[in-house]
Amino acid sequence: MQTIRRMELKSDQLYKQKIIRGFCHLYDGQEACCVGLEAAINPTDHLITAYRAHGYAYTRGTAVREILAELTGRKGGCAKGKGGSMHMYAHNFYGGNGIVGAQVPLGAGIALACKYFGKDEICLTLYGDGAANQGQIFETYNMAALWKLPCIFICENNRYGMGTSVERAAASTDYYKRGDYIPGIRVDGMDILCVREATKFAAEHCRSGKGPMLMELQTYRYHGHSMSDPGISYRTREEIQEVRSKSDPITLLKDRMVNNSLSSVEELKEIDVEVRKEIEEAAQFATTDPEPPLEELGNHIYKNEPPFEVRGPSQWIKYKSVG
Amino acid sequence: MAAAAGALRRLVRCGPQQGLGRRLQLRSGIHGSAPAAVQVTVRDALNQALDEELERDERVFLLGEEVAQYDGAYKISRGLWKKYGDKRIIDTPISEMGFTGIAVGAAMAGLRPICEFMTFNFSMQAIDQVINSAGKTLYMSAGMVPVPVVFRGPNGASAGVGAQHSQCFAAWYGHCPGLKVVSPWSSEDAKGLLKASVRDDNPVVMLENELMYGVPFEMSEEVQSKDFLVPIGKAKIERQGTHVTLVSHSRSVGHCLEAAAVLVKEGVECEVINLRTIRPMDVESIEASVVKTNHLITVEGGWPQFGVGAEICARIMEGPAFNYLDAPAVRLTGADVPMPYAKILEENCLPQVKDIIFAVKKVLNI
Repeated sequence: MQTIRRMELKSDQLYKQKIIRGFCHLYDGQEACCVGLEAAINPTDHLITAYRAHGYAYTRGTAVREILAELTGRKGGCAKGKGGSMHMYAHNFYGGNGIVGAQVPLGAGIALACKYFGKDEICLTLYGDGAANQGQIFETYNMAALWKLPCIFICENNRYGMGTSVERAAASTDYYKRGDYIPGIRVDGMDILCVREATKFAAEHCRSGKGPMLMELQTYRYHGHSMSDPGISYRTREEIQEVRSKSDPITLLKDRMVNNSLSSVEELKEIDVEVRKEIEEAAQFATTDPEPPLEELGNHIYKNEPPFEVRGPSQWIKYKSVG
Repeated sequence: MAAAAGALRRLVRCGPQQGLGRRLQLRSGIHGSAPAAVQVTVRDALNQALDEELERDERVFLLGEEVAQYDGAYKISRGLWKKYGDKRIIDTPISEMGFTGIAVGAAMAGLRPICEFMTFNFSMQAIDQVINSAGKTLYMSAGMVPVPVVFRGPNGASAGVGAQHSQCFAAWYGHCPGLKVVSPWSSEDAKGLLKASVRDDNPVVMLENELMYGVPFEMSEEVQSKDFLVPIGKAKIERQGTHVTLVSHSRSVGHCLEAAAVLVKEGVECEVINLRTIRPMDVESIEASVVKTNHLITVEGGWPQFGVGAEICARIMEGPAFNYLDAPAVRLTGADVPMPYAKILEENCLPQVKDIIFAVKKVLNI
C-alpha cells in the first residue's frame, strides 16, 4: 500500500512538472482495495478495471519503474509508451480501460473463458460508482447470472463520479444491491483486512460454480477525479481531511499492527524508507529513459502478420508494421 | 446418378451470379462417383465453415441472438447447436453492447469467439466494444493482448426492411486501424473468408449480405476441402477485361458481372474485381488493372460520402495508376438518403445493372 501511495504522489509531482501529460487518474486513498483484493486471489485469477488503474498494474505484477515510465511515455514503459496512464496491462490483468463501463462486459467475457477452460479461475471485474449507472453493466449482470459466470463484480464506490456525488447520480446508492438477483455485499474499502476477507468469501462463491457475486467497496480518493481536477469544487477540504485522519487505509493497518504488537513503529519506518528509495529510482528511470523510437509508431496493428506498411500523415510517410 | 441429377437441377435453377467463364465439371453417374464440383448456397457455405472451424479448434465458439435453438435468424448456424451443444453455441439475450463485450473479453482471455450480429445495424449499439475494446487493444498494450474475435452478420440493404435495417457499415469499420474487414460475395468467398477470419489472430469484421444467403455458387473440390482458405487482404479478378475496371464488393459484384455480360455483346470487355477484403484493401490489384484498362468504376451498396469507392479513388490518385487513367474515376453507390421502403424507391436507391452499364459507357465515351 505504501508503495502505491508513494508512486501516486510521485506521479502527481511529475504531472505538475509536465513530465506526465494527458490523463492521469490517481489512486491514493484507495490502496486497501487493490492490495486487499490481490491478497485474496491467485496470480492465475484474472482482473480488469477502468482507468484509475496504476494500483492494479502494480499489484498484478508490473514494476513501479515500468508504470512510471509508461506515464512519462518512454520506451521502458510497460506498454512501450504506447498506452499511457489508462492502458497498462500485465499477465492476467486486462487494463486499464478508458471507456467508462466497457470493461464490465469484457470482465464477464474473461470469466466465461475461465468457466469454458474449466481451470477453477475467476475474474474480478471492477468499476466505479459513476460507471455503475451504465446500461451495459446491467446487460452483463443478466448474462453473468444466467450463465453462472465466475465473475466478482466489484464497485469501487469513492463517492464521486468525477464531480458528481453519488446522491446526484443514482436513484439507489446501494451499489451492492444494484445487481438485483446477484448476491451483493457492502465492504469497508478502507480496511484492507475487510477487503481481503470479503473477497475470499466472494471468490469461494464463484469458484464453487454458484455464479457471480457483487461487492461494493466503500472507499475514497484523496485526489480529484484526474490531475485536471483540484477535487474541491464538489467536496470540502474538511471532508477530505476527515477521511485522511480517521480512515486512511495505511494508517489503519499501521495502527492495527502496532497496537497488536505485530510490528513496531521502527520496522514500519524502515519499510517507508525502502519504498521511498524504490520510488525515487523508478522516477529517475522514468525521467531519463528515452521516448520510443519513431519506428514503433506503426507496430502492433495486427498480431502474427507478415510485416506491412502503415500510412503516416501523408502518402509519402510510411511506417513498417510488425506485430 | 441421383447426386449428379440433383446437381444438374440446381445448376439449371441458378442465375448468372455464379460467374462467367466457369464450367461445372460433372462426372458421369455411370461410374457411381460424385461430381467434383457442387452447387452450394452462401448460407450452406457459411454453415460448413462454422462447422469445420468449431470441429477443428476447441476454443472456437459462436454467440449471438437466436444462433442456437432457433438455428440462426437466417439459419446460418443450422444444426450446430444440436451437434456442439450449449457450451459452444450460445444464445444471448438482446444485449448487443453486453454480449459483444463478453465476446471481446473471452478473446482476450484465450478463446476464439464468433460474435454474430443479427444484422450489422445492431452492431452500432456495440460499436464501442468492436472498435475501442477489440480494435485498439493490441496497439495500446504494445502487442501484449491480442483479440482473436470474429464479428459477423448480414450487412447493408436487404429487401423492404426500411431505413434502420439497411445501412452498410463497410466504410465505418474499414476506417479503423486494428480491425480487419472482409466482405464475401460468392459461396467460395463466404466459406474461405470465414475460415480465414476465425484462424486470424486479429479482430475481423465479416460483412455478409442477406440477399446472397440463398444464392447457389459452384464450389470446386479444392474449395470444398476443410483446409480451403481465402486469404484476407487479397482481391480476386472474377472476370478478365481490357476496357474498364469495375471494382466492387459483396452483392454488387454480381451486378458488375451481369453488366459485363451485356456489354460484351457491344464489344466492351469489363474487368471485374471482387475486393473480398475492405481492410486491408488490395490496392495493388486495382492499380494493376487500371494500368491495363485505363478506366475505373467502383460499385458499392453503401452511401457515397466517405465510402469505399471514395477511398479507392483517393488511393488510385496517389499511386502509379493515376497516370494511366483516360478519364476520372467514377463511383456508383447507394443513393445519399436513408433507405425507403416502397419497392420502386428502394430499387432506385442501389446501383442497378443499368446504372453500371450507363457508367461504363460514360467513362468510355461511347
